[in-house]
Amino acid sequence: MLEHVVNGLVLGGTYALVAMGLTIQYGIARIMNLGFGDMIIAACFATYVLFTTFAINPLVALLILVPAGYVVSDLIYRILMKPLVARAPDEGALEVDSILVTFGLLFVIQGVLLALFGGGYASYSFLNTPVNVLGTVVAGNRLLALVLSLAIGGAMVVILFRTRWGMVLRAVALAPKSAPLFGIDTDRAARTAFAIGGAMAATGGVVLSMFQTFTATAGVVFTMKALIVVILGGKGSVPGAIVAGLLLGLVETFVAAYVDPGLTLAAVYAVFLVLLLVRPNGLFGKA
Amino acid sequence: MKNLFSEGGRMTRRLTTCAIAALSITAATHGVAAQERDKVTVGYAISKSGPNAGGADMTVTPNYELWVKEVNAAGGLKMPDGSQLPIEVIAYDDRSSAEEVVRAVERLASQDKVDIILPPWGTGFNLAVAPLMAKFGYPHLAGAAVTDKASDFVKRWDTSFWFMGGSEDYVSAFTEILVAEREAGRINDKIAMISVADGFGIDLVKAARPSFEAAGFDVAYDKSFPPETSDFATILNEAGNAEADTFVAFTYPPHTFALTKQAKIASYSPPVFYLGVGAAFPVYPKIADGSVEGIMSLGGVDPNNELNNAYRAKHEELVGRGADYWGSVLIYASLQMLEQTIERVGLDKAEIAKELSSGTFSTVLGSETQLEDNQLRAINWVGQWQDGKFVAVSSEGSDGTIQVKLPKPDWE
Repeated sequence: MLEHVVNGLVLGGTYALVAMGLTIQYGIARIMNLGFGDMIIAACFATYVLFTTFAINPLVALLILVPAGYVVSDLIYRILMKPLVARAPDEGALEVDSILVTFGLLFVIQGVLLALFGGGYASYSFLNTPVNVLGTVVAGNRLLALVLSLAIGGAMVVILFRTRWGMVLRAVALAPKSAPLFGIDTDRAARTAFAIGGAMAATGGVVLSMFQTFTATAGVVFTMKALIVVILGGKGSVPGAIVAGLLLGLVETFVAAYVDPGLTLAAVYAVFLVLLLVRPNGLFGKA
Repeated sequence: MKNLFSEGGRMTRRLTTCAIAALSITAATHGVAAQERDKVTVGYAISKSGPNAGGADMTVTPNYELWVKEVNAAGGLKMPDGSQLPIEVIAYDDRSSAEEVVRAVERLASQDKVDIILPPWGTGFNLAVAPLMAKFGYPHLAGAAVTDKASDFVKRWDTSFWFMGGSEDYVSAFTEILVAEREAGRINDKIAMISVADGFGIDLVKAARPSFEAAGFDVAYDKSFPPETSDFATILNEAGNAEADTFVAFTYPPHTFALTKQAKIASYSPPVFYLGVGAAFPVYPKIADGSVEGIMSLGGVDPNNELNNAYRAKHEELVGRGADYWGSVLIYASLQMLEQTIERVGLDKAEIAKELSSGTFSTVLGSETQLEDNQLRAINWVGQWQDGKFVAVSSEGSDGTIQVKLPKPDWE
């Protein structure tokens, strides 16, 4: 029993880590980034190249790629998203436009990765060391994903709810029309949120690449999983993403152990449906 | 939002139609040129993107490219009259969609009017294009397709040829080894078996259940999992509880790699450890961080076959990476057979099909490669990692196979 809880939390940690960036981009910058999974894959490949070609430790790669993810996402926002935000008459229109643009972005990133790396499988071995957690042996790299997601999630919650800067971000998320009346630079806040999301995609990619086999076209799988977690947790809610991610991990593990491994996906979607019926705005979502 | 997705889909489809139209225009000019016979056009549709791209990029596409490069470097395809014609390739990406692969093959046949069509990757895709290939009269050298129904298919489509055997072949060869091991007292009669709930896993597990049971084995743990599964901690845990000495997993590469990593973490090392697609990839030892000794899977090569060793060296040199130890050599052999057929009978499609089914060829598999009932049967069914090489094995070790070494040593 306890081993399934540990395994479930470790698996859920990965889901939470992947989903947090998307929820911030969606909740604060109001951009539904369909290219999110491909940004993760890009980070996976970057780590793979740094590790296999330049023998750079993926943990060190984290220090390079996370700022890089921030800068790239900042640029994407300035070049691609800014014109959309400027011309969108309301929030709904912005969501629609951002979906279309990031749908295109998905193919651009995928195409570049295909051209650079081909369609083959990429995988390497790092930190695949047994770690004993409460009597259950888990992989070090997967445990790292859980620890990182909890640490980043905790830090984000503190920043969002305990600092002035976080309050600015929340103000933009809650009332993007009124925020400028209080002297808030909404454009800058949204850009920052989008860039933070990008940095988190990079974090997810670096950690995922340590244990998951990836291909240039696998991004959409991550986008789908992250999307489920984001909607389940409530859009824009960091604690929601963590709770929903861990919940999905636990559901999958328990179903695999006690019911049938073939029903894990069905169980995930069943939980998804039931929760949406009971709480249409997600676990932590506001009506 | 759902509407938006389909709207986006519709838009891409519209764009694709434009792209296809543009391609067809350029292709039409190729068609005219081909009639003057200053080259041979070879067309194929293969998964360059989407979920099948990984498998296609490992086993099929590199061999097509290698073969074309080699033939053209040697002056082109030899014709019966002694002349040589260079190969020109028309390749499409089927984006891992069965609909798209059918459309692409139709285009190759009716618009591009290519001389030869090479098959796509995967059992399902080969079955999808088989009726079309037969309709247009193209010989269909189905390479990367594992099917038990090949004998039926060659009756239905008499220009189809099958190069990779069927699930029952692979499973019964593996069962033979297990029976011998059990008789030697090295393993118990319990088997823990998992399979991916998708084409390959379903086919293999369907053949494996009756085969294991008929041999008196007790399949103590038998579960399938969705292809999206990425974490195997719980499944391996449960499989370990079955106390079976034999672990069998009919899996695709991402699962094969993840299972290996998780088995190392959990120190799960049963005497027989048999995995699916991916364990025969040359990158596998690197992914498993070295300790692959004793791991079994489908395929395998004869390390003493000089022809095969030369092929592997050439593959590494011209493609830039190693060939896999299962399907690659079979695909390449099918291309060699095609090349020799054209040299004997020219480019008439019916003549090519006739010669392929009755002729004897010199390929990487041996100097006298022949098809039986339009099927290649000289295939290595079971392989095992021994001293850094994935070699073909059998319980006795004969006919180009090496004796299997069990139990598998512990993880390093």
